[in-house]
Amino acid sequence: MAEILTKSRARNIFYGGSIFFVVIFVGMTVHSHRYVVQTSTAGMALSEDVVHGKHVWEKHSCINCHSLHGEGAYFAPELGNVMTRWGVQDSPEDAFEFLKGWIESQPSGVEGRRQMPRYDLAEEDIRGLAEFLRWADQTDTQGWPPNDAG
Amino acid sequence: MKYQSQKVALYYFLAAMALFGIQVLGGLLAGWIYVSPNFLAEILPFNVIRMIHTNALIVWLLLGFFGAAYFLIPEESEREIWSTKLAYIQLVILLVGTLGAVGSYLAGIHGGREFLEQPLWVKFGILVAALIFLLNVSMTVLAGKKTAITNVLLMGLWLLSLLWIFAFINPDNLSLDKMYWWFVVHLWVEATWELVMAAILAFLLLKLTGVDREIVEKWLYVIVATALFSGILGTGHHFYWIGLPGYWQWVGSIFSTFEVVPFFLMMSFAFVMVWKGRKNHPNKAALLWSLGSSTVAFFGAGVWGFLHTLHGVNFYSHGTQITAAHGHLAFYGAYVALNLAVFSYAMPMLRERAPYNQVLNMASFWLMTGGMAFMTFVLTFAGTIQTHMQRVIGDYYMNVQESLSVFFLMRFGAGTAVVIGALLFIYSMLVVRKTEVIPPGSANPVPGE
Repeated sequence: MAEILTKSRARNIFYGGSIFFVVIFVGMTVHSHRYVVQTSTAGMALSEDVVHGKHVWEKHSCINCHSLHGEGAYFAPELGNVMTRWGVQDSPEDAFEFLKGWIESQPSGVEGRRQMPRYDLAEEDIRGLAEFLRWADQTDTQGWPPNDAG
Repeated sequence: MKYQSQKVALYYFLAAMALFGIQVLGGLLAGWIYVSPNFLAEILPFNVIRMIHTNALIVWLLLGFFGAAYFLIPEESEREIWSTKLAYIQLVILLVGTLGAVGSYLAGIHGGREFLEQPLWVKFGILVAALIFLLNVSMTVLAGKKTAITNVLLMGLWLLSLLWIFAFINPDNLSLDKMYWWFVVHLWVEATWELVMAAILAFLLLKLTGVDREIVEKWLYVIVATALFSGILGTGHHFYWIGLPGYWQWVGSIFSTFEVVPFFLMMSFAFVMVWKGRKNHPNKAALLWSLGSSTVAFFGAGVWGFLHTLHGVNFYSHGTQITAAHGHLAFYGAYVALNLAVFSYAMPMLRERAPYNQVLNMASFWLMTGGMAFMTFVLTFAGTIQTHMQRVIGDYYMNVQESLSVFFLMRFGAGTAVVIGALLFIYSMLVVRKTEVIPPGSANPVPGE
C-alpha cells in the first residue's frame, strides 16, 4: 500500500470523493423536497390549523417524551398514527373531542404509571394539535409503522 | 505545554467537565423515572430532564472539541493562537448561552425540535461563538505550519458550523422539517464530528506512540475519506419512514452499512500505531482512553448501528429501545471517551506537571465503560422484546413498557456505575493527591516530535 497510496493521493481521493458524494446528496435532497410537497404529504392541506398545531407541539416539547414517525424520546407512545389508533383520522371534530378529553384527563396520577403533565391549552390549540396529528398521520411513510400499536 | 496560549484549553476542559457532571446526573434522574414513574412528575417532567441530559452532552462535547483544537493547533502550527482574548470571549458566550438554555428549560421555555430546543437567542449565541472560533483557529493555522491533522480538524469544524444554519430552518411541513433536521443531527455525528474525532485521535497517537507523521497522516486521510463516502449518503437511513421517497431505503441501507468502515479503521489505526510505536509514553491513562474510545466507538457506532440500519430490520426496530442502546454506546465510545482521552493527555501539561492519578483515572475508565456496555446490553434486550411485542404482535405501547421494567431497573444500576465513574474521572483530573500508585514520567516528553 505504501507506494501506490501516498499521502497526497489519499488526500486527493478524500477531497474529490467527498465533493462527488455531496453533489449526489444535494441532488437527491432537491428531488426529495419536491416529492414531499407534491406527493407524500399532499393528501391534506397544510392549513393554518395544522401549522398552529405544529407550533403547539413544539412549544411544549412533546418530542422529548413521545415519538413522531418513530423519532423522539421513546418514553411515551408513538403519535404519528395516533389518530388512526383512536379511529378518528377521518373526522376533524371527533379528533378534536378525543384529544381534548385525553389532555384534560392528565395526569392520571396512577401509582407506578408514567405521567403526562397537565397542559392548559386553549381550544384553538387543541384543535390545531388534532389537525397537526391528523396531517402527520396521512403522510405516506412507506407503510410504517407495521401496525396500529405504533 | 510549549505555547502559552494553549492554556486557553484548560478553561474549556473545566467547563466541559462541569457540564459532563450535569449531563450524567440528568441521565441518572431520567433513568430513575423509568423505574419509578411518579418521581418528580408534577415538578420536573421527564421531557425537561431529557432536554438537559441531551443538550448538556452536546455542549460539553463541543466545548471539549474547541478546547482540544486550542490545545493541539499551536503545537501543529508551531505558533501561538491568533487571539487568546477572542477564545475567552467565545467561552463566555457559550457558557452564558448554556446557562440561559438550562434556565429557560426549567422555566418551561423551549423549542420542540429534538436536541435543538434552545431559545433563538441561544442559537444565535452558538453561531456567533462558532464564527469567533473559526476566525481564531483559521488565522492561527493560515499563519503557521499546515498539517493533515489541522486540515482535517478545520474542515470538520467549518462544516459542522455551517450545518448549524439548518438549526434555524424549520419548515411548516413536518416531513421537510425532519429532513433538514437530520442535516444537523446526522451530518454532525455521522460525518463532520467523525472528522474532528479522527484528527484528534491522530494527534494523540502521534504524541503517545511516536510513530512517523507520514504514516499517521496517510491513515487519517483514508479514515476520513471512508467516513464521508459512507456517511453523507448514509443519511438515508433516517429517511426511510418520514415521508421521503422509497429509494432512500436502498441508498440508506447500502451506504450506512459502509459506515462501519471508518470506525473499524480508527480502531485498527489505534492498535497498529501502538504496536508500531517504540515510545513508552508516561501517560498511560491517555493511551487507555484513546484505545478504549476507538474500540467502543467501533462497537457502539459501528456494530450497534449496523444492527438496525438495514431497512428491512429498521421497519420493525425503528424508534424502540434498540435505538436508545445504540445512541448511548455510540456517543460514549466515539465522542465522550475521545474527549476524556484528550483531557487525560492535556490536563497534566496544562497544569505543568507529570501525569497524575493515573490509576484512579484508569479505574474510572473501566467503571464507565463497563457501565455503558451493561446499559447497552440490557437496552438491546429490552428493545428486542419491545420490537417483537409491539411491532410484530401489535401489543400496545404502555403494556409493552410495563413488561420491560426489569431491564429499566438494570439500566439504572448500570447508569449508577457510569455516574460514579464520571465523578471519579472529574476528581482524578481536578485533585492531585500526594502519592502516586504508579510512578509518573516527565511532564513534557520528547518536545516537538
